[in-house]
Amino acid sequence: MSRQESVLYDAQGPKARRRTLIGTGVAVLVLLGLAYLVVQRLAERDQFSMELWGPLINPGNESFEAVWRLIGEGIRNTLIAAALAMTLSIVLGTVIAVARLSLGRIGRIPLIGFVEVFRGLPVVVLVYFGVRVLDDVGVDLSGLPGGQVLWGLVLGLTAYNMVVFAEIVRAGVASLPKGQREAALATGLTPGQTMRIVLLPQAFRTMLPAIISQLVVVLKDTSLVTFIANYDELLSQGESIRRNLDNPIQTFTVIALLYIAINYALGRLAQYVERRQSRARTTGGEAEAEATDGIEGAPVRTGS
Amino acid sequence: MSPVFENFGAFVDGFLTSLSIILWALVGSLVLGIVIAACRVSPIPPLRAFGTFWVTTFRNTPLTVVLFFCAFGLPEIGINNSFFFFGVLGLVLYTSAFVCEAVRSGINSVPAGQAEAARSVGLNFTQGLRYVVLPQALRTVVPPLGSVVIAMFKNSAVVGAFGVGGELWGTGLTLTSARGFETLPIFTGVAIGYLCITLPAGALLQVLERKVAIAR
Repeated sequence: MSRQESVLYDAQGPKARRRTLIGTGVAVLVLLGLAYLVVQRLAERDQFSMELWGPLINPGNESFEAVWRLIGEGIRNTLIAAALAMTLSIVLGTVIAVARLSLGRIGRIPLIGFVEVFRGLPVVVLVYFGVRVLDDVGVDLSGLPGGQVLWGLVLGLTAYNMVVFAEIVRAGVASLPKGQREAALATGLTPGQTMRIVLLPQAFRTMLPAIISQLVVVLKDTSLVTFIANYDELLSQGESIRRNLDNPIQTFTVIALLYIAINYALGRLAQYVERRQSRARTTGGEAEAEATDGIEGAPVRTGS
Repeated sequence: MSPVFENFGAFVDGFLTSLSIILWALVGSLVLGIVIAACRVSPIPPLRAFGTFWVTTFRNTPLTVVLFFCAFGLPEIGINNSFFFFGVLGLVLYTSAFVCEAVRSGINSVPAGQAEAARSVGLNFTQGLRYVVLPQALRTVVPPLGSVVIAMFKNSAVVGAFGVGGELWGTGLTLTSARGFETLPIFTGVAIGYLCITLPAGALLQVLERKVAIAR
């Protein structure tokens, strides 16, 4: 995983090291040149002035408190929506996966169609269905805590992510050794008990990294609601800050940095969990490590 | 569904505009993604650092934020263009990070012994890359790269929602808000339009995967 360099080239000798050094010099010059061009352009247009940055970074500025209160609310609302959508999709996704695994060859065909359709739709379209169409056809969600838009968003995100999640669960159960199921059935557990007591707990453990990675996707997708309705999540708050202060570059830089910080932390957490798990498995370490590498590279067509 | 059939022409136009967004973004993100991937596996540390920075930035930022940045930020520094351009640009920047990671994982999946064997039978760097490493890497790249591309097809809807206008999503919005049609039939039409793109693409990918699959 981390030793990718060794595939393409050997340990370098003196000649190659010299070439690398020259290449490094050239690359540094080119990158510095690019950075200079960008900075110069920004400076030319007066984008570094405190007038534009002040409300975001200077605690003494009169708008500072209001701006960060908005951003704080935004982060809270984004996290609430993501957490609700993730919980619902885990529950529904597990139900779909179990149904798909326990139905017969013919019984599962409609379910596969269902999964394919939801996986083929853009999330933003599903969020639109959740927020607007449900409202129009008379589904009233405003009685729930958080209101109509939050739950519309959550349902839209859930519709997409539950099928993604169903695929993750299915892959997780399929990756277990065959003997687990056979042994459970042989000790007299019913198929339902086998799934619940033996297979799912083990599958969830191996899937944990994939679940956390998917959380990043859900978190990013909450921002789609900006286009559709009023829900004060992080990006919407950034948009209203921009409208008031007219400093798009500065505001969106800060908003982007906040998203990156949250998502990067989640990504690292996923990596950490994965590494700890592959270390914990003492038997057959090599084969297991390879299997998780595969998941790392392509988490079951999660997309977005 | 009758509002859909009455405005079938508008839907076809929207579908074609969506396809053109997808096509431009596909070319752009593949080229950019492969360049970034080359940076990330190169022996030159600053290029590797740049590649890592690029991927971390664009993979962890929502596409929506990238789009807002392009459309509202770039005009501030004197880059003015159509929303179509900014939309495609945002989609290209965002997708390139995922393309890069797919390509890199393909190169990583080739066991180091393969390249070592190539060197030990006397192939030089280019030959080893051309005859041994790349043919194997390209095969393993197909499934993850295919998923990235299909995700990009779906993300083109976000570009539409952002306000490019005239593509599938924009058509749906115009018909519902400007002409007062019901949202349910119109957006069912929009959804079917997207399924017409993603489902065949998914099927094609599966065929392709089976074709290039190698037993390891």
